[in-house]
Amino acid sequence: MTKHLKLALIAASVSLLAIPAQAHRAWLLPSATVLSGTDAWVTVDAAISNDLFYFEHHPLQLDNLSIMGPDGKAVSPENTAKGRFRSTFDVKLAEPGTYKVMVVNHGAFASYKLDGQNKRWRGKADQLATGIPANATDVKISETQGRIESFVTSGKPSTDTLKPTGTGLEMVPVTHPNNLFAGEKATFRLVLDGQPASGVNVEVVPGGIRYRDKLNDTKVTTDESGTFSVTWPGPGYYWMSASVRDDKSKIKNAQRRNSYAVTVEVLPQ
Amino acid sequence: MRLLISAALSTLAAGSALAAEATVSVDIPQLNVAEYHKPYVAMWVESADGSKITNLAVWYDVKHKDNEGTKWLKDMRQWWRRTGRELTMPADGLSSPTRAPGTHQLKFDAAAKPLNGLTPGSYQLVIEAAREVGGRELLRVPFEWPPKAPASAQAKGESELGTVVLKLTP
Repeated sequence: MTKHLKLALIAASVSLLAIPAQAHRAWLLPSATVLSGTDAWVTVDAAISNDLFYFEHHPLQLDNLSIMGPDGKAVSPENTAKGRFRSTFDVKLAEPGTYKVMVVNHGAFASYKLDGQNKRWRGKADQLATGIPANATDVKISETQGRIESFVTSGKPSTDTLKPTGTGLEMVPVTHPNNLFAGEKATFRLVLDGQPASGVNVEVVPGGIRYRDKLNDTKVTTDESGTFSVTWPGPGYYWMSASVRDDKSKIKNAQRRNSYAVTVEVLPQ
Repeated sequence: MRLLISAALSTLAAGSALAAEATVSVDIPQLNVAEYHKPYVAMWVESADGSKITNLAVWYDVKHKDNEGTKWLKDMRQWWRRTGRELTMPADGLSSPTRAPGTHQLKFDAAAKPLNGLTPGSYQLVIEAAREVGGRELLRVPFEWPPKAPASAQAKGESELGTVVLKLTP
């Protein structure tokens, strides 16, 4: 291995280092994930909280909510509302197949010094130029791409909605996310801009935290192909999340932080 | 004369082959509960490795308006995942109304659908019952197909199903 290649590899692995876990968890919680019948609906709760899946901190902002139907077309949420601790909306599953519910956020974060004082700024990437004073020093910019997802299926599961968009950190299910059963192994792939995201830590946390002393989380690391597997210890809702930092931001001199979180339901045997 | 006897014997043999059948007897228990709904029941035959599914019967609320009874089909979750979600209900020759507590008998002719699709091998009869505002139970009865001699096997439920008896006649 040449010295240059070695250095490049080290740089690559450093740039993919997972950042510390966030204090709060953002999630979408569908009322059901496997449905039958002619008039299938789900209601979805969306919140940011410490414990899963309890509303105890903030509602999740739904400005960037979208729902993709089995045919790839957008489905409009209905009865959208924001409460003190949670947001909520309904989804009519008019066609059989698998729906992807997602909140995709894209923004920028900056810290800088102005007149000797530390300042912070948060906003959209295109507001950076006006958001940070021209005489600011020690400017550090992070581009943030976050994706929060869940999947629901009416009737026979379909796979078109499982395809990644190719932007940011995403999960590509190998095992269908609405065909998960306790005691069985499920496999997923993480991709970053559509390419395998290897060496990324994925945290898997079962819901119902309030009623136990231990978090009971599992940490798995993706292999070279970005693949990771989870054997579900029991039925229930699970929250899986991962995040990476790299320097592939489209913003000049910026770091990029990509995060992904998904809620899946595991059924009993 | 000898020819005639031989012809008669072969007719007998053919007759016996046609008579081969499987009888499933299912006991739906009487339950002392505040709100009782007759259970949804699915029964199917599964190859030993689970790869091949042959549906025998699905009892669900077919009389509900606008076929709304299909909403709870997924509560028979193993059946739903294996085959239910691939089907359109109601299905001719497969679905029928839910049944009251008591013993119900179903006969399946070996030479007719759906059993005529079974290749020789090891199978399991699987019965799954799910009751609205109640519980769910799944029973398995292993058997060999085709039967070489009259055979009987059974499984006993603890909550939603009573005794399930499978009788095979060669």
